[in-house]
Amino acid sequence: MRTVRVIPCLDVDGGRVVKGVNFIDLRDAGDPVELARRYDEEGADELVFLDITASSDSRETTIDMVRHTAEEVFIPFTVGGGIRSVEDARAILRAGADKVSVNTAAVERPDLIGELAAEFGEQCVVVAVDGRRNSEIDSGFEVFIHGGRTPTGLDAVKWATRADQLGAGEILLTSMDSDGTRDGFDIPMLLAVGGAVSVPLIASGGVGGLDHLVEGAVEGRADAVLAASIFHFGEHTIAEAKAHMVEAGVAVRPAGS
Amino acid sequence: MTEGPLVAVLDYGIGNLRSAQKALQRMGARATLTADRGLIGEAAGIVLPGVGAFGRCLEALDESGLTGIAREAAVDAATGGRPFLGICVGMQMLFDGSDESSGSPGLGVIEGRVRRITGEVKCPQMQWNRLDITDDEALFAGLPPGAWMYFVHGYTAQVGPATVATCEYGTPLCAAVRRGNLWGVQFHPEKSGRTGLKVLGNFVDSLPGGP
Repeated sequence: MRTVRVIPCLDVDGGRVVKGVNFIDLRDAGDPVELARRYDEEGADELVFLDITASSDSRETTIDMVRHTAEEVFIPFTVGGGIRSVEDARAILRAGADKVSVNTAAVERPDLIGELAAEFGEQCVVVAVDGRRNSEIDSGFEVFIHGGRTPTGLDAVKWATRADQLGAGEILLTSMDSDGTRDGFDIPMLLAVGGAVSVPLIASGGVGGLDHLVEGAVEGRADAVLAASIFHFGEHTIAEAKAHMVEAGVAVRPAGS
Repeated sequence: MTEGPLVAVLDYGIGNLRSAQKALQRMGARATLTADRGLIGEAAGIVLPGVGAFGRCLEALDESGLTGIAREAAVDAATGGRPFLGICVGMQMLFDGSDESSGSPGLGVIEGRVRRITGEVKCPQMQWNRLDITDDEALFAGLPPGAWMYFVHGYTAQVGPATVATCEYGTPLCAAVRRGNLWGVQFHPEKSGRTGLKVLGNFVDSLPGGP
């Protein structure tokens, strides 16, 4: 049985959740641990923390956050942002994260993927790919790095395939065109990348409603769907998302189970 | 944590061991990450976690000087001694060997091999799946039927006489084994929310000095 995972994504800066999370009954909406616990209780299947802090002196703060989360939250969670070496990853994993996500550092030095896989196992290594439409690229999708600011000329399908071969355990594919639009996932890009890789694919970017989650799983054939704002702003609970997916015939782990 | 039975979570330097420790503590154990022979000797129960490649885990176990200790403890548990729980690759290592690392023999406490997941399914299985409990099993006491657990594995132990639970992934895969007081689970109870914590709680309750 294939079960699609629902994954809320939290942006973290200096150990605090940013991008206006808006749960009415949270004591501290900026506390990543409290939010993570809330999502765990609601039935989230995994969590992703994206550390958007640029400065390296805040690494300790991030590791502290990971440590506290691991004390309170008993579902898998991934930490991404600023991981450039095996030692960076080790610190995050030893603190209690289950997976690390690499993006820019892997594009700049692809061997990083293999090094991480050899040391911690492929299941620990999520390669995040930010893709944007570009008709001059073979597949039509170009890889961007530095948080989507820098084009690389790389073909997103070819890069994801290479990352898979180098030892990625999962591909987290974000559409830079869709991200923030709330118009839904870029389905053609999901199909193009998903059809080329053998490892699970996480769809990201563009979710504005519950139908989009179904589209990602059914039309986009993603193994997991990631969303931020529809959950953070209290528009929908994880339970509502899952009930909606079940109604549409998508197998998920029911909330409250 | 000064109360509850002492559980030694074998620390051999791989991935995320802290989650298993924290989850066991949450369920009332005095859980400690350790490679210390004396402390392991004192413990009421042993937990052998494992993530990553089969051969790499065995190599790391060796480097930490824990291979002999782990094997002895597992054999002891299998013959009615101190309870022992292997998690994920920690369960796989109880078998004779794995196709993932054919040069690395397993601990050989449970007969059978670990093979690659094949068929019309994605490999690795990285998702939540339902347990089909095939044996009335103390470790699963109080779980709802078809309890959901989190799985991450590209290789799977052969279903055999020691199998006490399976999960459906193209074909039924071995999800848990038992022999005497030796248990192994392919899923991650420390990452499976409430239901996973219940499994760890049942393990803690089975220990001398438990409730």
